[in-house]
Amino acid sequence: MAERKPDPLQSALDFERPIVELEQKILDLEELAEQTHMDLTNEVRPLKELRDKLLAQIFESLTPWQRVRLARHPLRPITGDYLDLIFEDVVELHGDKLYSDDRAIMTALARLGDERVMLIAHRKGKTTEERLATNWGCAHPEGYRKALQKMKLAEKFGVPLVTLINTPGAYPGIGAEERGQAAAIARNILEMSKLRVPVVSCVIGEGGSGGALGIGVCDRLLMLEYSYYSVISPEGCAAILWKDGEKAEAAATALKITSRDLDALGLIDEVVPEPLGGAHRDRFRTAISLRDRILFNIKELKKLPVDRLVESRYERYRWVGDGDELIRAVREAKERGGRPAPTPPAGGDEADGEGKAEGEGGG
Amino acid sequence: MAWVRFRKKDMPGGLWTKCPSCEETIFSKELSENFQVCPKCSHHLTCTVDERVRYTLDEGSFEELYTELKPVDRLDFRDKTSYAEKLEKTAEKVKRLEAMTIGTGTLHGREVVLGVMNFQFLGGSMGVVVGEKVTLAVEIAMERRLPLVLVCASGGARMHEGALSLMQMAKTCAALGRFADAGGLYLAVLTNPTTGGVTASFATMADVIIGEPGALIGFAGPRVIQNTIKQELPEGFQRSEFLLARGQIDRIVSRPQLKDQLFLLMEFLAPTSDEARPVSELLAAASRSTNGHSPTEGAEAAEGAGADDGAKNRLPEESGDEETPKKKRPRKKAKKNGKA
Ligand SMILES: [Zn+2]
Repeated sequence: MAERKPDPLQSALDFERPIVELEQKILDLEELAEQTHMDLTNEVRPLKELRDKLLAQIFESLTPWQRVRLARHPLRPITGDYLDLIFEDVVELHGDKLYSDDRAIMTALARLGDERVMLIAHRKGKTTEERLATNWGCAHPEGYRKALQKMKLAEKFGVPLVTLINTPGAYPGIGAEERGQAAAIARNILEMSKLRVPVVSCVIGEGGSGGALGIGVCDRLLMLEYSYYSVISPEGCAAILWKDGEKAEAAATALKITSRDLDALGLIDEVVPEPLGGAHRDRFRTAISLRDRILFNIKELKKLPVDRLVESRYERYRWVGDGDELIRAVREAKERGGRPAPTPPAGGDEADGEGKAEGEGGG
Repeated sequence: MAWVRFRKKDMPGGLWTKCPSCEETIFSKELSENFQVCPKCSHHLTCTVDERVRYTLDEGSFEELYTELKPVDRLDFRDKTSYAEKLEKTAEKVKRLEAMTIGTGTLHGREVVLGVMNFQFLGGSMGVVVGEKVTLAVEIAMERRLPLVLVCASGGARMHEGALSLMQMAKTCAALGRFADAGGLYLAVLTNPTTGGVTASFATMADVIIGEPGALIGFAGPRVIQNTIKQELPEGFQRSEFLLARGQIDRIVSRPQLKDQLFLLMEFLAPTSDEARPVSELLAAASRSTNGHSPTEGAEAAEGAGADDGAKNRLPEESGDEETPKKKRPRKKAKKNGKA
C-alpha cells in the first residue's frame, strides 16, 4: 500500500475536506519540526484535538447518502486489501468451466486465522487498469457461475464459505443478457439456500441488489458500518420514482439502505464497526475486526449439525421481510386452507377492521 | 433492479382497443375472446388476471387463495406521495390487494396451482407479499403434490419495500429449491415484460420456461443497458425470440395454445398414468368433462384439441379411469375470483 499514495485531498469527499485539510496542516507542521528540529508539539496538539472533534462531529450525523459515498470511497479497502491483510495461504481458483473467468468475482481457497475457507468476493480495482479488468465490481453470468462452481467444490469437501460483497450491481450489458444474467443469479440464490456448509457473508462496500444477493444467501449476514445494501442504486431509484437521477440523496434515505437501517429491519446479524472516519482511515483495524467477526460466526455455525444448519438457513429466508403482522395473517389463513376469513357478507372490501388498523400502524 | 414503467396504452379497457403493434382498432370484447391477441398481427397484448385465469384454467375451476394478504409500508417510504397511499389507490383501481394472485384450479381436468402476476399493480413489482404468495403457491403445490404454473409479468423487485423486497428473491428460490428436491413440477410462463429481481429469482428457476411471443425478458431493462454501454441494442434484443435463439428459454408458445401446451408438458413430466396415452385422447376426455371448453386452434398441441369431437367416440374403454383426471371439483369462487 505504501507504493501508491493518492493525494488525500483529491480523493476526499466534500464532507471529509475540513478533516483532510487539517491533517495536511498537521503533516506540514510535523515535517517542519523534523527539518528544523523545533519542538512544535504545542502547535500540533490543538490541531489534532480539533481534527478529532471534527471527525466525531461529522461522523455522528452522517446522512444515508454520505454513507453511500463512503461505501464507494476511492480509498476504501476492497477485497484486494483484505487478501493482503487477513487471508493467508491464498490459492485462487479461476473460471466457471463453461465460458470464461470473470475477474469481477474472485474465488479462492484461503486460511482465515485457524479456519480453512472458500472465499468468494466481488473484486474492484484501485487503478484505472484494475477497474477496467474487474469491470468496477460488476459481474457477468460467468462470474456467478464461477462462484457456484466453487461453492459446490467447498460443499463437497466441507469447507465453510466466506463471501465478501462489494458490487454496484450485476453488469447490465448485451453479453450478460445473452448468457443469462438473471438465471445465473437465480441459480446461485437457490443453490446457496441449500449448501451443506456454513456460509458467512459480509457487505464490505456496495451491496447492489441481485448482483449482491447472487453471492449473498447465507447463515450470517454482516455489514461493515459504512456499507450499504439496496434493492436498487439510489441513482436508479431516483431516476424512476423522482424522474431525476439527481435526487439520489432523497432516494438513499427513502430506501433504508445503511447498515443501521438493515439492522433495524432485522435483515442482518451484525454491524461490524469501522474506525472513526471510516475503514479507509485505518484499514488494518478494519480488517482485523472483519476477520474476528467472520471467524466468530464460522465457529458458531460449525457447532451445528449440518441438517440443522440447512434447516435454520431455510427458516431464515422463509419468513424474511414478513414482519409479525404478515406472519400472523399467513398463519391464520393457512389454518383456513388459504381461504378468506368468514366475514358477514358485506360489500367489496376484503380486509376486516382489525387487519386494517394494523396495516396502517405497521413499521 | 430494473423496473419497467407501466404504459397506459397496454392496458386493456374501453369499448375499442388499438393494437399497439399494428394500430388496428379492435372491438375489445372480440380481443378478449381472442386471448388479447391481435387478430391482424398476432401481437400479444397485456391481459388481466381474470382473463389469464380464464385462458389457462377450466371455466369456473379457479379458487383464489390468500386473497387477504396485503402489503405493509414498513419503510414509511415516500417519493412524491407515500407508498401507503399509492397502495391504496392501486388496490382500488386494480381491485386486488397485490400484484400476485394465487390459487388452485383444473387445467383440462388436472388440478394445478396457478400464480398470475399483475403488471397493472405497480408494474407487477415484487414486494414482501408477492414473495410470500409465490412461496405459499410453492408450498401448496408441494403439500398437495400438484404441478405449479406461474405466469410472470414484472418490472422487478419493488423499490418501496427496499431490501425487504430484495430478500424475496431468496425466499422464493429457497422454496423452489425444496420443491425441486421433492420432485415437484414447476412450469413458468414469462410474459411481457419479465425483468429484474423476478427474472433473477423464481421466474427462471422453472423446470420448463415458456416465453410468450414478443415478450421482453431480461435482467436489466433495455434503457439501463443502453445508458451503460452507450451503443445501439441489437434488433429484437431481450425479446422471447432473441432469448430462444440464445438458449435461455425452452419454448415460445402463443397464448391461444398455452393451455394445451401446459397440459402436454404436465402429461410428460408429471403424468397421471404409467402408460403414455395420446394427448388427443386425454384432451378429448377432459373436454367432455369440462363443458368442451377447449379454445385451441392450430399447432402441435392442437392436434388433440382439434380431434376433440372424433375422439369422443374412440374412447369407450377409457370411461372408467378417466374419472380421476377429469373430475372437476365444483367450488365456490373466492371473492375476487376471475369472472368468466
Ligand atoms: Zn396488431
